[in-house]
Amino acid sequence: MVQYLIAAISISIVYLYGCVGEIITEKSGHLNLGIPGIMCMGTFGGCFGVALYMNSLPAQESAVWLLLILSSLFFAMLFAASGGLIYAFLTVSLKCNQNIVGLALTTFGKGFTDYFMGKINMDRFAWASKLFRKSLPFADKLGWFGEIFLSHGILVYVGIAVAVAVAVLLKKSKIGLNLRAVGENPATADAAGVNVNAYKYGAILIGAAIAGIGGLFYVMNYVGGSWENSGTIESFGWLAIALVIFCIWRPDLAILGSFIFGLLDAFISFSNVAFGISFTLAQKEIVKLLPYFVAVVVLVVTSIIGKKETQPPASLGINYFKEER
Amino acid sequence: MINIKKSGEPLFHISKRQELAKWKRILFTLAAVALSLIIGAVFCGIVSGNNPVYFFKHLFDGVFKTKRRFWTALRDMALLLGVAMALLPAFKMKFWNLGGNGQILMGALGTIICMKFLGGKMPDAVVNILMILTSIAAGIIWALIPALFKAFFKTNETLFTLMMNYIAVGIVSYFITKYSNSGSNNILPINKANLPVIGNEYLLTIIVVAVITLFMIFYFKFSKHGYEVSVVGESENTARYIGVSVKKVIIRTMALSGAICGIIGLLLVGSIDKTITVSTANNMGFTAIMVAWLANLNPVTMIIAALFITFVDKGMSTVRMQFSLTNNATTNIVLGFIYFFVIAVQFFIAYKINFSKKVVPGSKKSVKVAKNKKENAEHIGEDK
Repeated sequence: MVQYLIAAISISIVYLYGCVGEIITEKSGHLNLGIPGIMCMGTFGGCFGVALYMNSLPAQESAVWLLLILSSLFFAMLFAASGGLIYAFLTVSLKCNQNIVGLALTTFGKGFTDYFMGKINMDRFAWASKLFRKSLPFADKLGWFGEIFLSHGILVYVGIAVAVAVAVLLKKSKIGLNLRAVGENPATADAAGVNVNAYKYGAILIGAAIAGIGGLFYVMNYVGGSWENSGTIESFGWLAIALVIFCIWRPDLAILGSFIFGLLDAFISFSNVAFGISFTLAQKEIVKLLPYFVAVVVLVVTSIIGKKETQPPASLGINYFKEER
Repeated sequence: MINIKKSGEPLFHISKRQELAKWKRILFTLAAVALSLIIGAVFCGIVSGNNPVYFFKHLFDGVFKTKRRFWTALRDMALLLGVAMALLPAFKMKFWNLGGNGQILMGALGTIICMKFLGGKMPDAVVNILMILTSIAAGIIWALIPALFKAFFKTNETLFTLMMNYIAVGIVSYFITKYSNSGSNNILPINKANLPVIGNEYLLTIIVVAVITLFMIFYFKFSKHGYEVSVVGESENTARYIGVSVKKVIIRTMALSGAICGIIGLLLVGSIDKTITVSTANNMGFTAIMVAWLANLNPVTMIIAALFITFVDKGMSTVRMQFSLTNNATTNIVLGFIYFFVIAVQFFIAYKINFSKKVVPGSKKSVKVAKNKKENAEHIGEDK
């Protein structure tokens, strides 16, 4: 059971990064279906950062934890943000259809990552992954509580901190207010003196950078530094976008929503150990679908309730052309 | 228009064009395609250490070098075009059907179930008819689930159809794991109750898709249903005002969309693969979206777009072989370049960038600029 909760918390962080990134983007009125591709590009960036640092050392044992984390974070955010930049340029400046650009970006991001991940020397990734997973120093002194909540790598806590910070910024700060205004009604925000395009670019780039960390976290922390192909990360990306609706565009609720999706995701691996339920190989294929079923139910339920608080930003999906009012 | 101050004038401003001449639009698009292919060639050349010029040679070889390659390309183009035709009515309605993959896969599943459990036990013709019916029904069901919720509760169809893709994959892998031939993880090709072979093994697919394409062209040009779809896509309020039931149109159109996807699944399993895998749909549900979009949702142009995308896709497999680029990721990168450029060119077709010029009062230019401004102002007046 404890193991199950640990795994659930860990995997939920992938959703959390993707979801918070998409929330910021959607708050500016842009539905970014390129998030799966951006998360892939973030994965590559992060792994590139890890390889760059690890392979510059004479021996892997001399790796410094902080430098490794910073190097991988920097490149993950850089590559993810450059994916976001393509999206922002095409949708904000060139006013192209957001869904189409997003899908094209996902195709590109997957190809890009699949190709260049093959070029990375991953010899020292197992060691690097151990550093990523290094738990908080006082975790083993606090019994089951420490094991469940404090035994994770630093990126778990960074993710939660980012979600809380974004929630506060969106709700309390002037920047957050302006961003929400841009997403609700860009013409009004423009008239009030808000630089609409700057806010849109900013939100898309920052959102992409945050989502990109999700991919890095999955490869380096969750699966322990191995790589197959971009398919898994893509499915995380789509679920993260669905999760945005589940947590009604609120990053603080995203923490809870991600955890629930984490529980669903990890259920298959722990059903026997934690609950004593065992499935045949074929049944497992159906149980694996739990997150998707729940995502569908969430979509339906939120649309039936249809309250004002559960609605997306008013101008979501509509590009803003200043001279067409 | 706007009273322009002497200082602080922006470097350029953007305005909507009047309708651009057709040949100019084609020229713009061709330029974008050429540019993206050149970038793709340089990219492939650099990462593999080959001369980028050969990229184009291999690209052509991939499709035209042997008769077999040519027919395969033609068949795959037909499949892609078929899926694009399936998605077309949904997109005309502004219903984001991203579930093409799932709908194809369910159609394929319906077909393989008939082949596996009925093939050999009944006359082939009967099984074939059952295959056609089940595949169409399966495609329709998979498309109708999101459509019903969209029609009655305005549920977000973009994500709903996406999730349905993954659920379809799960159901297919359940089927494969449960009924796979012992000792392997897949279902061996079934040679009973295949669809009849016409001419050669490729022709049936091509003929079926040709019929679908003709049907779609007529559907949108001459039928009342097709017209209603366009009205709902333009404005739901207008549709309601002229007495079109929006709910009915959404449900009917998605049923059509799903049915055609089901037929593609039928062709994939019944005539081409004769087995099923989780990637039977070959991601055509997404590629077809780009085909429909690059062609501006025009069924005739979509034929050209499908041809071109298939050409690049098939050509790239030869490029990869010749340049020894191992995995198929480079295809996605090159396709990504093409998508970006052709999407971006839509902007330059729809909008004009007006650079501000320093104008000396009284000169020829200033008269011209003033005249332009007056014209612009008049156009704006017309719009309102």
